[in-house]
Amino acid sequence: MLTLNEAILIFGMFVVTYLARYPLLVLVGRIQLPDSLSRALRYVPVAVLTAICAPVILMPKDTLDLRVQNAGLIAGLVAILIAWRTKNLLLTIGVGMAVFLLWRALFGG
Amino acid sequence: MSTVMTTSSPVSDTLTPRRAFLLGARDTLPMILGAIPFGILFGALGISAGLSTMAVVGFSLFVFAGSSQFIGANLVGQGVAMPFILVTTFIVNLRHALYAASLGPYVKNLPQRWLIPLGFWLTDETYAVVIRYYQQDLPHAHWYHLGSSIAMYSNWNVCTWIGILAGTQFKGLASSGLDFAMVVTFLGIIVPLIVNRPMFVCALVAAITSLITAPMPNKIGLIIAAAAGIAAGVMLELQQAAPEKKKSA
Repeated sequence: MLTLNEAILIFGMFVVTYLARYPLLVLVGRIQLPDSLSRALRYVPVAVLTAICAPVILMPKDTLDLRVQNAGLIAGLVAILIAWRTKNLLLTIGVGMAVFLLWRALFGG
Repeated sequence: MSTVMTTSSPVSDTLTPRRAFLLGARDTLPMILGAIPFGILFGALGISAGLSTMAVVGFSLFVFAGSSQFIGANLVGQGVAMPFILVTTFIVNLRHALYAASLGPYVKNLPQRWLIPLGFWLTDETYAVVIRYYQQDLPHAHWYHLGSSIAMYSNWNVCTWIGILAGTQFKGLASSGLDFAMVVTFLGIIVPLIVNRPMFVCALVAAITSLITAPMPNKIGLIIAAAAGIAAGVMLELQQAAPEKKKSA
């Protein structure tokens, strides 16, 4: 059963997500966006996605793990290399996951 | 022949709204294939994070933003307080504002009955597909946009259902390591975006800050790290631009 808390959470997440999507879709083209705002917006995807990934890769057990046995570290480096050389998203996902699962099978984790 | 918005271009004579809609859905197919494992995984992870079946369904129906759904479910599982989950969701989804700003000039003549749903359905994937169509100034672009949106939305919700079923059947699915798929996907998105020094420094500062702030409660480290990365990128860009302006003046 859906609890009240869950319903409020979903509604809240809907509202904040819609606030990121709808307003600029309607406003840009009708009003001029300040330069400083559009400049800052360009950095949002890289900053947010990197801040999500880095701890998962480098701190799998809540402490910094730079050992070669760290499956996330090796798979992450391989994925970065493939994305950089090929810019192919599906290839990056496929090879990155294959390396991750192989490493985990070899070294546990 | 179509009576709606005909132009002198010969393409518009054959490209009806219906065809544009189907073309938009078809062009989104590669993105859909990429989203299938995440939709399934989200369904499974949502259940194992302790959300009810209806809540997991509700996330995909009403929030419809993959990465923030993963992070939201994860935070629920860790018992993080709701205000923090909402702020984190907003920050993670703020990149959609960039897409919206980019699409704005192309949709400014559309009525609200188009803008309200197209705004809701805006995703990384649909943006990537439709912006190219808009830039080519092809006819019935909003129908194309709608086709892409509905294709992504239907697929995401069907996959969520499959994941819920799979997650209840195979308890190990959530801890199978498949959740790392989100990380390699994000890496595949980030790396091609790093085209200059400010972008690189932005990523570097965000990464280092995220590690330093990782022990902080309620995952607010994510927000601090993102803000630090943005600030670093903007400052370096302004610094690089300043001497050039002097030169040209």
